[in-house]
Amino acid sequence: MTTLHADTLAGLAARLARGECSSVELTRHFLARIAAHDDGLNAFISVLETRALAQAEAADRCRARGEAGPLTGLPIAHKDIFCARDTRTTCGSRMLESFVAPYDAAVVARLDAAGVVTLGKTNMDEFAMGSSNETSYFGPVRNPWDPSRVPGGSSGGSAAAVAAGLAPAATGTDTGGSIRQPAALTGLTGLKPTYGRVSRWGMVAFASSLDQAGTLTRSAEDAALLLSAMAGADARDSTSVEAEVPDYRAALETPPERLRIGVPRNFFDDGLEEAVAVTVREALAEFERQGAELVEVDLPNLPLSVPTYYVVAPAEASSNLSRFDGVRFGHRCEDPQDLLDLYERSRGEGFGAEVKRRIMTGTYVLSAGYYDAYYLKAQQVRQLITADFARAFEAVDLLMGPTTPTPAFELGAKTADPVQMYLNDIYTIGVNLAGLPGISIPCGEVTGLPVGLQIVAPHFGEPALLAAAHRYQQATDWHLRMPSAYA
Amino acid sequence: MSLTNDQVRGIARLARLRLTDEEVSEVSGKLASILEMVDQLQATDTREVVPMAHPLDAAQRLRPDEVTEADQRDDYQRNAPQTERGLYLVPRVVE
Repeated sequence: MTTLHADTLAGLAARLARGECSSVELTRHFLARIAAHDDGLNAFISVLETRALAQAEAADRCRARGEAGPLTGLPIAHKDIFCARDTRTTCGSRMLESFVAPYDAAVVARLDAAGVVTLGKTNMDEFAMGSSNETSYFGPVRNPWDPSRVPGGSSGGSAAAVAAGLAPAATGTDTGGSIRQPAALTGLTGLKPTYGRVSRWGMVAFASSLDQAGTLTRSAEDAALLLSAMAGADARDSTSVEAEVPDYRAALETPPERLRIGVPRNFFDDGLEEAVAVTVREALAEFERQGAELVEVDLPNLPLSVPTYYVVAPAEASSNLSRFDGVRFGHRCEDPQDLLDLYERSRGEGFGAEVKRRIMTGTYVLSAGYYDAYYLKAQQVRQLITADFARAFEAVDLLMGPTTPTPAFELGAKTADPVQMYLNDIYTIGVNLAGLPGISIPCGEVTGLPVGLQIVAPHFGEPALLAAAHRYQQATDWHLRMPSAYA
Repeated sequence: MSLTNDQVRGIARLARLRLTDEEVSEVSGKLASILEMVDQLQATDTREVVPMAHPLDAAQRLRPDEVTEADQRDDYQRNAPQTERGLYLVPRVVE
């Protein structure tokens, strides 16, 4: 039988339902795993032992009363970008090092209401700006598959925690690939839902027209379970959508009869490592064996998604992060001489190098005289990229390709050149610009490191997306593999 | 594309960020390479393309202007660096 920490949420839910273990026992098991293994990984910023055990006891009482739902008593971890009332929420930054959230994020509140237990808050790139988890004020996270390598980012702590079996699942956020890329680099299933599907209330804002909350799990079924509880309209987030939330788990069992899969030609060009290309093509062949039809498609403007993103996201970030002014919350410098000195030094000390770079990029592209040349231009190209996807989806049900150009890279390999780091998200960023749902699922290994297959669906196509991922996972076992040091 | 240290200091001032001299010289090269990468956009023909502000093309929802929140000032000010009688304190602005 699978050990507890290698099991899926669905598997653990079945154990709880059969009475094989209690939520308190499960919670203690994962808290012990964190205590034993997190020193080497640095996946957690805060471990919430007391809160977790209280939630677990409440979940066990709920089950004893016969009122348990599908998630009651299951422990997970939250990315430290989500506010959880009376707990520290740092967003990986010195700026928020001692910020104690006065309220719950919508994602936290919904999962709490579903009976989920919060083990702790996971490490992340500072303000979710990064693709390697190296920009965190709390130090880098190590990849459980090889500790000399990065777990990806920005949801790198969530990815490492689940990959190493310190939590069976975790939440994440994805602005340009921050769920899918770390999922690919650590052998997990990482779901970024349609823009607006999940409320952004209480999620520290990075780029508001791109940010979306999602999940890092061991299977598509687990992602469906969590999304069913997380999704839905929220009056406090005016961009959350009112469309009805389908039963994602039920949708797993009804994959489309004759799936037409679009394979974007330029996802397989020069930038893609050959061994990764071979692995992804093998996964596509598996879908073909299952009866799907592969169709080559063109997304001609997709190569422009990285430059477009690096105008739009920093512009929105420079605006969003103006709230950190040393006055109402967050870091304040010592002995400010005047108000300007208070602002400049508090921000200069509170933000790390990557965050400052992005704020300055955003400030530059929005400054007088440059707005049309950069921001307006980027919003126009964004329209072209979105139109490319829409045209492709007229002929196919889903798009598939690699999630990342390479498997996990070494710590420090890309820190000197930000543009090299940004190019890591070349296959994921366009999906955010168009607001589409995407998932990365493990589809093989290259030199012992996991490789991710990315699947993209039209807006609100999560049911078909999850069904396709689930069907692949029924026929393969890449998603169940764990790094041997943590098995 | 290159940026002088003075240009970088100008951008930092607009962004209300105090940078050390070391940071200024480090940032100028990196910022220049980011802006150079971004300049690829200029080659694209975008005449007649409507700028996209929202991925779902949705209009901003409106709600009736009603008071729905209770007073949570004490809760929120617990995170403030310095407060007095419910007010946020900053260095003197007007002499």
